[in-house]
Amino acid sequence: MKKVGILTAACAAALFAGASAQAGDVKVGMITTLSGGGAGLGIDVRDGFELALKQAGADNIELVIEDDQRKPDVAVQLADKLIQSEQVDVLTGIIWSNLAMAVVPAATAQGKFYLSPNAGPSALAGKGCHENYFNVAWQNDNLHEAAGAYAKDTGYKNSFILAPNYPAGKDALTGYKRFYDGDLAGEIYTKLGQTDYAAEIAQIRASGADSVFFFLPGGMGIAFLKQYAQSGVDLPVVGPAFSFDQGILQAVGEAALGVKNTSQWSKDIDNPANAAFVEGFQAEYGRLPSLYASQGYDTANLLISAAAKADVADADAFRAALAAAEFDSVRGAFKFGPNHHPIQDIYVREVIKEGDVYTNKIIATGLADHADAYAGDCKF
Amino acid sequence: MTSLLLAEQVLNGLQFGMMLFLMSAGLTLVFGVMGLINLAHGSFYMIGAFACASVAMATGSWFLGLAASLAAAAVAGVLVELLVIRRLYDRDHLDQVLATFALILVFSEGTRYLFGSFPLFLDVPAALSGAVTLPGGIAYPVYRLAIIAAGIAVAIGLFWLVGRTRLGIRIRAGEADREMIAALGVDIDRLYTIVFALGAALAGFAGAMLGTIQSVQVGMGEPVLILAFVVIVIGGIGSIKGALIGSMLVGLTDTLGRTLLPVAFSTILPPSDANAVGSALASLLIYVLMAGILVFRPSGLYGGRSA
Repeated sequence: MKKVGILTAACAAALFAGASAQAGDVKVGMITTLSGGGAGLGIDVRDGFELALKQAGADNIELVIEDDQRKPDVAVQLADKLIQSEQVDVLTGIIWSNLAMAVVPAATAQGKFYLSPNAGPSALAGKGCHENYFNVAWQNDNLHEAAGAYAKDTGYKNSFILAPNYPAGKDALTGYKRFYDGDLAGEIYTKLGQTDYAAEIAQIRASGADSVFFFLPGGMGIAFLKQYAQSGVDLPVVGPAFSFDQGILQAVGEAALGVKNTSQWSKDIDNPANAAFVEGFQAEYGRLPSLYASQGYDTANLLISAAAKADVADADAFRAALAAAEFDSVRGAFKFGPNHHPIQDIYVREVIKEGDVYTNKIIATGLADHADAYAGDCKF
Repeated sequence: MTSLLLAEQVLNGLQFGMMLFLMSAGLTLVFGVMGLINLAHGSFYMIGAFACASVAMATGSWFLGLAASLAAAAVAGVLVELLVIRRLYDRDHLDQVLATFALILVFSEGTRYLFGSFPLFLDVPAALSGAVTLPGGIAYPVYRLAIIAAGIAVAIGLFWLVGRTRLGIRIRAGEADREMIAALGVDIDRLYTIVFALGAALAGFAGAMLGTIQSVQVGMGEPVLILAFVVIVIGGIGSIKGALIGSMLVGLTDTLGRTLLPVAFSTILPPSDANAVGSALASLLIYVLMAGILVFRPSGLYGGRSA
């Protein structure tokens, strides 16, 4: 018995030593939100990422996961720990733009790679871009721009727009206005974390608007949609996918049916990678994937593709391998622009009910091969 | 801005105030009677919402869910009082804050363990859904009228309970002098358990009522808790009447500020600046109100005692 144990340990040690000596080994530190408000997003990113590693059998990638509790100070400490004591090669996982701003510039300045599975603040896309920072999701403005383009194409002439009073909220309304060219019936910044929207809905009713655009992520969007549905106002609503992802839709229920929202991913995009992802995710976790899960999955597959081509110790080769983005994205066509942000199609989806489950289906392409507005300011 | 819109916004302000009253009534009772700063009050709010959502989902009846929210929050209140709070009465406020803050974390992560990280579904019952047209032509959601009615009913019930019943006499006596009523043979420990459970049940009720039109998710109680503290500081700690008046003031100030300030600023500033300045100032407005009231009435509007 003892002999067997020793033998097993020896084998394991040999395997381990063998594995770590192999070229293409990468140690990844994931900092994401797994507790407190907004944990659903981090959990989806993590699950999507792990699913991709599992499906690819990528045992050359070692993953260390940490919970940032949605606090910038915690995220910074975790990044220091992962870089200094865990000595990771690549960081990833951050959901929120303010946390990304606190972590990413310092990490890339220390020569680490950062792959963003969600946050895409404009500051990191334009002047503050870095050659080691890759955004695999979107630049923050992108989905709002597609919503504006959709509103314009649909012929809305008088939109009422609202978003919370914080940087991403301002980016959202700016993004919408960049592509929408009608009049504004009203423009409101609400309090961040606000839960009662009676006053805003009354203003919408009185404004004579022909459509409503809102960006209210998480619980704020759930509250707004439920209250809007009860109010008797029935103007068409457009928003980015963040208020209509798979995790949130079940909580909103019928109130969301028929709402148009913009997203770079949807579970009905028809390609083999997406089919394998949606099926695998359901089998593994027993729920439908969200767009956050798709972003985690793509991030992992990008990393796997780069690790297969280049050794992370050779930073220039590894960076070139990442920038080539030679992996099968669940979104279909995907490539990086000059600032290492995606150039991709952004779709318009409609909320539908499939059996008992609320979900989305694509009804149009909002913006094809869309890049972000800041790429021109980026000089590596 | 038309007078019709203004009237609707006043109604919205009253409704928001009633929501705050449901939350702050329990908090002020516990704070006033027991001298306890209970940061975990928001957790009872969350427990109420989750109990309502899960029972409503299982049985299909929202009203059963509402009853379950009262029961669940009251039971949680009794357990917390017996196990934790009882040990804190003689400690200073810092210890109470630390212990009840720890309770927030325990309840939040416990709820996540049981229900997961995704928001639960809870919708307005068919009997209270849709909008009605009020005299004057305002279309107003039925459910919001129900919240106003529930707030008025709770206010009447509490005034009756505290002012007209034997339990109420004991509660007021306990507020005035804890040792003396214990010496007179009142079981003060049991009284405190009852008051704490009552406060928790009110928070649970608020959670169920408001969770229905908001988002039932982990951590939903804390933003409301902050507003509830503002309300009881304005109204005077321990005063139900103060909590009612304070809630109305905060509800009206916040709602009207949010709508009128951007309009007011647009007369002197370009529209985009007016909007930015107005909405930034509107979110400060209730704290300005609180500071203003504290300057003239340091113990709040109806806080006669020095705590």
